[in-house]
Amino acid sequence: MSRTSFRLALTGLAAGLSLALFQPAAQAAEGGFKPPQLSWSFSGPFGKFDRAQLQRGFKVYKEVCASCHGASLVAFRNLSQPGGPEFTPGQVAALAGTYQIKDGPNDQGEMFDRPGRPADRFPSPFPNEQAARAAQGGAYPPDFSVLAKARTYERGFPTFIFDIFTQYQEQGPDYIHALMVGYEEPPAGVTLLPGQNYNKYMPGHLIAMPKPLSDGQIEYPKGPDGKAPVPETVDQYARDVAAFMVWMAEPHLEARKRMGLQVMAFLVIFAGLLYYTKKKVWSRMPDGSPAH
Amino acid sequence: MAHATDTSTGTTRRDFLMLATGAAGAVGLGAVVIPLISQLAPDAQTIAAGAPIDVDLAPIAEGQAIKLFWRGKLIFVRHRTKKEIDEAKAVDIATLRDPQTDEQRTKPGHEPFLIIYGNCTHLGCVPLGNAPGDPKGDFDGWFCPCHGSHYDSSGRIRKGPAPLNLPVPPYAFTADTKIKIG
Amino acid sequence: MSGHSSYVPKTGIERWLDARLPIIRLAHDSAVSYPVPRNLNYLWTFGGILVFMLVAQIVTGIILAMHYTANSLMAFNAVEHIMRDVNYGWLLRYLHSNGASMFFVAVYVHIFRGLYYGSYKAPREVLWILGVVIFLLMMATAFMGYVLPWGQMSFWGATVITNLFSALPVIGETIVTFLWGGYSVDNPTLNRFFSLHYLLPFMIFGVVVLHIWALHVVGQNNPTGVEVKNVQKDTVPFTPYATVKDIFGMVVFMILFSWFVFYQPNFMGHADNYIPANPAATPAHIVPEWYFLPFYAILRAIPDKLGGVMAMGGAIVVLAFLPWIDTSKVKSMSYRPIARQLFWMFLLVCIGLGYLGAMPADEPYVTISRILTVLYFGFFVALFIVGLFERPKALPTSIADAVLASANGGSAARVATAAAAEPNVKG
Repeated sequence: MSRTSFRLALTGLAAGLSLALFQPAAQAAEGGFKPPQLSWSFSGPFGKFDRAQLQRGFKVYKEVCASCHGASLVAFRNLSQPGGPEFTPGQVAALAGTYQIKDGPNDQGEMFDRPGRPADRFPSPFPNEQAARAAQGGAYPPDFSVLAKARTYERGFPTFIFDIFTQYQEQGPDYIHALMVGYEEPPAGVTLLPGQNYNKYMPGHLIAMPKPLSDGQIEYPKGPDGKAPVPETVDQYARDVAAFMVWMAEPHLEARKRMGLQVMAFLVIFAGLLYYTKKKVWSRMPDGSPAH
Repeated sequence: MAHATDTSTGTTRRDFLMLATGAAGAVGLGAVVIPLISQLAPDAQTIAAGAPIDVDLAPIAEGQAIKLFWRGKLIFVRHRTKKEIDEAKAVDIATLRDPQTDEQRTKPGHEPFLIIYGNCTHLGCVPLGNAPGDPKGDFDGWFCPCHGSHYDSSGRIRKGPAPLNLPVPPYAFTADTKIKIG
Repeated sequence: MSGHSSYVPKTGIERWLDARLPIIRLAHDSAVSYPVPRNLNYLWTFGGILVFMLVAQIVTGIILAMHYTANSLMAFNAVEHIMRDVNYGWLLRYLHSNGASMFFVAVYVHIFRGLYYGSYKAPREVLWILGVVIFLLMMATAFMGYVLPWGQMSFWGATVITNLFSALPVIGETIVTFLWGGYSVDNPTLNRFFSLHYLLPFMIFGVVVLHIWALHVVGQNNPTGVEVKNVQKDTVPFTPYATVKDIFGMVVFMILFSWFVFYQPNFMGHADNYIPANPAATPAHIVPEWYFLPFYAILRAIPDKLGGVMAMGGAIVVLAFLPWIDTSKVKSMSYRPIARQLFWMFLLVCIGLGYLGAMPADEPYVTISRILTVLYFGFFVALFIVGLFERPKALPTSIADAVLASANGGSAARVATAAAAEPNVKG
């Protein structure tokens, strides 16, 4: 077989597989607008979280979202681990102490409340899904622990193939941010039932959650000049909380990307060495004659 | 050699012995297989948990539907509107893929209540149509989002890949607005 | 390639062991002196890559099982526990989940390579059928593995696929109940799937041993499809020639693998599987893993349920009959002008079906799936017919000639005899 047709076969297979591989995942934006693609500090092969942003995002979560949304897989201690918001262990212990955690049973066989410890997980706002639904008019506020990975929108062909090379994978935070800023008056012809709200980016546009954020609602820590380093707007709150949610869903993202770089560098060098070894080995046949 | 002289009886006896031994082995093997296979079937607790349940239909307002679980399977209970009942009755059953009249799918005197299993007969997804905002399909019943099956207001398959109507679970009215499923 | 052994025990201990358990001889004969055609291209490194993937999946899988809990109430959180708390747990889990996809990437390249170069033809029928068995076992393993995280896609995928068995007449419903261990997909189902997911890789391993054994009996096919005639001229010993080339192929493949593991770990998964399983709500789109999509499209293309299941099964089983479906004596499609066109069309049809499998079951997708399903099976019919009349190009007389010809830029090429159909006699 000639070399060209071999190459043809190889590229054909590669192209074919890359086409077949990557079906669009679950659709979040069906019949909606595509969320705008934002630039995130943690995207790309060298991506890292912006500590200050995660700390602000935590503040938004704690002061607004946490009244309805749990994050039951995240422990207080995670807030001080490397690659996250990196609060100091002292701050984390103090924070955990402000929560009451149900523990027990004690010697009398009763459950009791005690102050939280860093090893405790965030307490959920509702004891169970039914209680949440009962309190929220039938809608269930989803848990935030992995939500940033559980939300996406249709990328479509051929964008999803380009995503392999651009490493775009921030559908989750883009969608979350878009949802926060996507509340609108319903267009003519759409009537809202009680408990429904209109959101441009929600699949189907009807969402039970009322607009959660408004400008100036959360006070960010002031910089040395006495002003908050970022604007206190819905857009900024949404970015910060979305980034925080990505960290909650993928707490080892930084370690993963860092190791990825090391592994890639090693493999490329190793492959290079192997390539020349292979060439050397194949330059002579077993009887010592030249290969061709 | 002694047995050379009475080959016939020896052979018979040996044949019988071989047969008996082989049969005993086969029986033993078969007996061993029974527990190995039957452990796969639902266990006693699962079966017990699948005992009949009582449901009160009074709280379901006209036009509303509830979902409940029985034996891990979803059941829809729909309080149908007059329009939906009329539509269900008006269908010429000769045109149906799985011909059944609305009378066969409800209990006499209790036509407003439709009680059916809530898993699409195609591949087991949950059709939409219970919540007020849900799509109800082209026939005022249910619409399965997985592969696009449409069910009418009697839970009968009208369009799409599903082969059968949504089955009616075994149930009986114990009072005017009370049923026992199972 | 069997029959002779060039192994000479050097030390006393080796001689002692060789007389009792000739295991070093076995290793020497199959991995050192084993002759490989000298004209193999890089598509032949995928066999070695697949062995690597199998071992990688088994190793990461055994470790994950040490931290996982197969219980419907705990499974989802157990996977998250691995991802969050276990040392390097995120790495092992992403290696395993992306490893499954990479395994299928490699196996599809391997299958299409075999298809193109006629590696299923005599005397390699048994080798090929064993490969189809491995493929089936891989699909079963991957399917059950995907259920274990107990997310929405796990649960609903399991529901859809197990329900396929209910299409069988009479015994269908019973089989489904026995698969579930209850009246629906539930905790007993998760438990038995975990058990079988742990078992099946070792069965794959066993069949792989048979596959390699069969390979070493008949020898490797090669891009010309001309059998080895002169071991001296046509082949090189496995070590170091094939060894170093295979390892190079593996490392290049690992770069691709790492790209996904470290940079796009969820690209080939579904966002819905990060939502815990909920029997009362179906995801908007139930989509199987990408490697099942072509078969899923065939399933959905047939309007009848039993017919769909039969077509899907048939699409895989038909591969096992390829050695007898293809009527041409010429192995490599490089020398088969018509069959080669068919091959590329078949590849496109498979890709098209894969795309359609991910689309909702609406028009125009349904109609296109039906057309492509017909074309999928049509390929096998066409292969049967084309072999009867196709005039193959002249084959090289031997592998060594082919190597020489391509080294000389193909000008001195094809010294071949017009006696196109080479004899299928083993050298």
